[in-house]
Amino acid sequence: MFWTSWFLAVLAIALAWPVPILLSRAQWPARSPFTAMLLWQAIALAGGLSMIGAMLVYGLEPIGDNLLAGLKSLAGMVFNNAPTTELGFWHIFALSAAALLTAHLVFTLLLTFYKIQRQRRRHRELLALLASPSADGPRTMVINVDSPVAYCLPGGARSVTVLSDGLMAALEPAELRAVLNHENAHLDQRHHLLLWAFAAWRQALPWLPTTRLAQEAVSSLIEMLADDVALKTASKATLIKAIAIVASGSPGAPDARMAFGGPELSDVEPGQPGALGGAGSARTTASRVSRLLSPQPPLPEPVRAAVLVACLLLLAVPTALLIVPGLLG
Amino acid sequence: MASLGELERAVMDLLWAGHEAATANTLRDLLAQSTRAENGTAGHVGKDLAVTTVLTVLSRLERKGLVERERGTRPHRYQAVSSREDHTAELMHEVLGSAPDREAVLARFIGSVTDTEAETLRKLLGLS
Repeated sequence: MFWTSWFLAVLAIALAWPVPILLSRAQWPARSPFTAMLLWQAIALAGGLSMIGAMLVYGLEPIGDNLLAGLKSLAGMVFNNAPTTELGFWHIFALSAAALLTAHLVFTLLLTFYKIQRQRRRHRELLALLASPSADGPRTMVINVDSPVAYCLPGGARSVTVLSDGLMAALEPAELRAVLNHENAHLDQRHHLLLWAFAAWRQALPWLPTTRLAQEAVSSLIEMLADDVALKTASKATLIKAIAIVASGSPGAPDARMAFGGPELSDVEPGQPGALGGAGSARTTASRVSRLLSPQPPLPEPVRAAVLVACLLLLAVPTALLIVPGLLG
Repeated sequence: MASLGELERAVMDLLWAGHEAATANTLRDLLAQSTRAENGTAGHVGKDLAVTTVLTVLSRLERKGLVERERGTRPHRYQAVSSREDHTAELMHEVLGSAPDREAVLARFIGSVTDTEAETLRKLLGLS
């Protein structure tokens, strides 16, 4: 029990700090974004699991030989008023911390979900009144805005991709199709679920380096994944041109601020570093374009397989350490 | 019969275009007129429209915070809470804004770019 808790604590610290920093600096995720995405998910899940697990195992050490036995005696103390004298101050502290952290994570996940759903519903209501259906399909709407904007609003069967008039005017049909395929890839691959989970993870533990790095990496990786889908039907040149036109016309650029027109939009303060999702998404656009301009081969098969095995181990080892001794004992 | 969604849209279009408060009766007449003007094209919004239906639509819009009722007059007069442009700006604020969970709400084709980056991209394109 004692060594288990130390091992889990070391794992939790490694996954909270050095590992995500190394991974966020690595170059290979741009070559195999899907593999990198799996690794980030494994890091986040294993990090949470080992963090809670380490505290739980440490706290239960005096009252059980393994996690399951410990939990059973703990339940006896909580529900049947069995004596708690075996538990020292630090054990109770660790157990309370584990319980609080678990509750905090679950609560933040649910709260973030509720907030996102509410914002999306409001957005959809307004779109229904303001945007008109496009000729490109039932899931596409056009909104009367001069600057080139494209985004998708997930929502199951009611998911829509929204294009602005400015975008339709600025892009050739082939470029427009590339943008649409890119956005539909987000919807088809359910990227919003990843963004939700990692946004909640960051919201819950904002001071932990891993949560910010993971969220930034994930938002950048989903763009690369969607670009790869768009590249199946569009040429690289088409996609690059579409990205460049939208980016240079979007409100980061001075002239686009004018194109936006109207005092109504003056409260949108674009172009400030730090605002607008900040440096993270700026880096995303840069790395997307450089990835398209000078493509690197994907990681070799054995390396990808090794990363997948590492993902599995990350999840399997803490789980096994927590559960297996109880099942054997 | 048009769907409630279509009716909501038609009512909001009238309120946004009219700039002043209107009663459900007035709106019903305007809807019927616009249908007659279209004369047989698809999507007859105001055909055989009952005032109660218009009131239902208005109360749905009120619940969504899009229209408000003038107090103290009978019959009630309704008007749009803000202009079409304001609502568009509200949407764009959400799309382009800096809210931390924005990325989870919707996914933009291009995130923000810095001025220098936009400059590089323009050069790349041979623009400007």
